[in-house]
Amino acid sequence: MALIELRNLHKSYGSVNALRDLTLDVPEGCLYGLLGPNGAGKTTAIRIMATLLSPDQGTVTIAGLDALDQPRAVRQALGYVAQEVAIDKILTGRELLQLQGDLYHLKKNVRDERIAELIDRLGMDDWIDRRCGTYSGGMRRRLDLAAGLLHRPKLLVLDEPTVGLDIESRSAIWDLLRRLVHQGTSVLLSSHYLEEVEALADRMAIIDAGTVIAEGSPDELKRRLGGDRVTLRVREFSDQEEAQRVSELIRQVSGVSQVVINRSQGYSLNLVVENEPVIARLRDCLLDVGLPVFALAQSRPSLDDVYLQATGRTLMDAELAVAGQRDVKQERRKAMR
Amino acid sequence: MTSPSLSVAVSDSERSAWSELAQETLALTRRLFLQLARRPSSLVAGVLQPLIWLILFGALFTNAPDGLLPGGISYGRFLGAGVIVFTAFSGALNAGLPVMFDREFGFLNRLLVAPLRSRSSIVLASVIYITAISLVQSLAIMLTAALLGYGWPGAAGFVLVVATLLLLVFAVTALSLGLAFALPGHIELIAVIFVANLPLLFASTALAPLSFMPGWLGWLAALNPLTFAIEPIRAAYRGPLDLSAVLLEAPYGDVTGTTCLVVLVGLTVGLFLLIRPLLNRKLS
Repeated sequence: MALIELRNLHKSYGSVNALRDLTLDVPEGCLYGLLGPNGAGKTTAIRIMATLLSPDQGTVTIAGLDALDQPRAVRQALGYVAQEVAIDKILTGRELLQLQGDLYHLKKNVRDERIAELIDRLGMDDWIDRRCGTYSGGMRRRLDLAAGLLHRPKLLVLDEPTVGLDIESRSAIWDLLRRLVHQGTSVLLSSHYLEEVEALADRMAIIDAGTVIAEGSPDELKRRLGGDRVTLRVREFSDQEEAQRVSELIRQVSGVSQVVINRSQGYSLNLVVENEPVIARLRDCLLDVGLPVFALAQSRPSLDDVYLQATGRTLMDAELAVAGQRDVKQERRKAMR
Repeated sequence: MTSPSLSVAVSDSERSAWSELAQETLALTRRLFLQLARRPSSLVAGVLQPLIWLILFGALFTNAPDGLLPGGISYGRFLGAGVIVFTAFSGALNAGLPVMFDREFGFLNRLLVAPLRSRSSIVLASVIYITAISLVQSLAIMLTAALLGYGWPGAAGFVLVVATLLLLVFAVTALSLGLAFALPGHIELIAVIFVANLPLLFASTALAPLSFMPGWLGWLAALNPLTFAIEPIRAAYRGPLDLSAVLLEAPYGDVTGTTCLVVLVGLTVGLFLLIRPLLNRKLS
């Protein structure tokens, strides 16, 4: 049985449908990635797993427990690291961890032992007795990770754990998550960074508009797409007319199955090609008619191609489409009780 | 017949339920006191304001003709009870603020993902905290009043003062916590606190006896919950404790000490019952 089973979840805020029939199985013992653009419903799904929200419809089973029926047992089994780290600025990191330990009913000596262990493991020794208000983003995130791990949950759920962090903090968190999974904790994280999910996840789901549009291991998903990808630019910046002309030309080249003109990338051409070297044939074709070649590269499909295939737009375009639409005040109200 | 081992197990789990409830409540209370220790300005301001009232306002009528006030007491003595109640009242009115900030900044969500034995521990911690600081503030005012020569209640009187203040603090804390969950943000909560504070003081018997007031204001003052706390405390300062004595000749009839306390108990219970559905909904 899967560790997390979400079945046909629906959730709306007023007229906005955050989740539409979302179904997801997360197996035990793996690092599971939830990839999707901002506004896809990742946070809503995670808040439902963490028992902070109830779905309008559907069932939530975590570690065999019905989250709507036995929320307390689910809370005990699960560690949750929220996207917007809520800390008490006036407390020190250590005091916050002590509070957290008491809320999970750890015995005092066990609590303090584990706090010492986590301080060591996460390298928080230098600043743990300073007030949280003085912490940087990376420090806060590490503290919050420690808080989520203090009661040794079977399952750690993280909502965008590295968003806005410097590279060093990001890789420290990646390392920790890998070690956790290695030691038997299951981890689910959401992200809108392709590289993050690609680098970490054993299995993943792509979420778009409140529903799962693809599920599997990252390799599987890419393999399922079939073919290779080629990016072609005849000049650094072409215009539409030239791109159109070139695209018609190379459509004739054998092995090319699809050509898309990418306007947001200076009218570069994105090709889907057979699993064989077609670069040489493309180059010859272009040189024959006297066109220059600025850039030409063949690669395996990426997760972005998986997303593109399923939704008809790139992850970046999806991000841009919702950028500026998000109302911070409304977001906060949504999270407020 | 139930097996003995089963009943032992049940009582064990009950005991652990209580100890878990105590642990989480204590931890949440400790957090509030740590905040206070590092930011004591609210505690100090909560004493300073009534202190200024007591000293300045108390001296205002020093040269007023003798026998102006019922019982022929000085104005400072008369005012003392009012200021003590005002201190406890305005302290308790702030009970909702920490909760409101936790709601707004998402800290409440951190508490709600934890497997709390009962979420009433969140409310309980606020009640313990605000009760303690309101009592400390009131006590500071009582001591100052004594130093100013405005008297001190006897031992029995002191018990009555504390009991009355506790009831008032519970009722006002319930009100403030209810507002902290009902209002959209701390700006609105502070606005309500600001607006409620002084008018409730003026429309009570804190600053002047009912006999000084026009009929309409007398009605308001005689219905104001603060009056029901002020009068027993004033009586405790006046001398021998007699709860059956008439403390207030209200337009609707005579009010005894016992009536005052019953009204305060009723108010506290009523307010907690009133906010319970709201808290259940917000904390579920």
